[in-house]
Amino acid sequence: MKLIYFAWVRERIGKGEEDVELPADVTRVSDLLAWLKGRGENYGAALEYPEIIRVAINQEHVSHDTPLPESGEIALFPPMTGG
Amino acid sequence: MAACRPTIRVQPDDFDAGAEIRALAENRHDIGAVVTFTGLCRDEGGRLAALELEHYPGMAEAEIERVAREAAERWPLTGLTVIHRHGMMKPGANIVLVVAASAHRKAAFEAADFLMDYLKSRAPFWKKEHLADSGEGGWVEAKESDAAAAGRWKK
Repeated sequence: MKLIYFAWVRERIGKGEEDVELPADVTRVSDLLAWLKGRGENYGAALEYPEIIRVAINQEHVSHDTPLPESGEIALFPPMTGG
Repeated sequence: MAACRPTIRVQPDDFDAGAEIRALAENRHDIGAVVTFTGLCRDEGGRLAALELEHYPGMAEAEIERVAREAAERWPLTGLTVIHRHGMMKPGANIVLVVAASAHRKAAFEAADFLMDYLKSRAPFWKKEHLADSGEGGWVEAKESDAAAAGRWKK
């Protein structure tokens, strides 16, 4: 699965994107956030408060209870501040 | 009446609001009202040297398109242009432009207002401050008031 990160999520994790193999029991967005958070200090810092992280699957906003797709692009980012 | 087809641009380059109004309204006889909103970079009382706008390429265009189509279905618009810039903005620089045209002013005003509220809470852009004294700075935090402003359009 391709993961991409923006703004302070990207800065804290230390990279803009990566390809990951997800464990079989990671089936929803909330599972993905919890799994990522345990991958290291940098991920822990980015995902300290997972409830505020916004997620898009294949470039569309989704809620944290959304099932993960078989493949594609999942983006993690802070609340948006454009406009 | 078929919903108008919005023009969406996400770009590093500056825009000219006057030229965009002309492009939208020229040679048309069905437009009675054009409302434009321009968002600019402010320096917060001299505190900021610049604002850096990061965006999610692809999704930024797609999300603005979704919001613009929603506006075009909800109000009888005869034209709609949305431009959002990314990159480094100096104080005074243009950041975002909405041009909404309709036969009558109410639809144009409301659609422009709706678009800005939704862009702020849904379009994937993030602002980082660059401070005038040190050059360093942090990410702008999302405002509760912006989410509340978007919420008031719920039908």
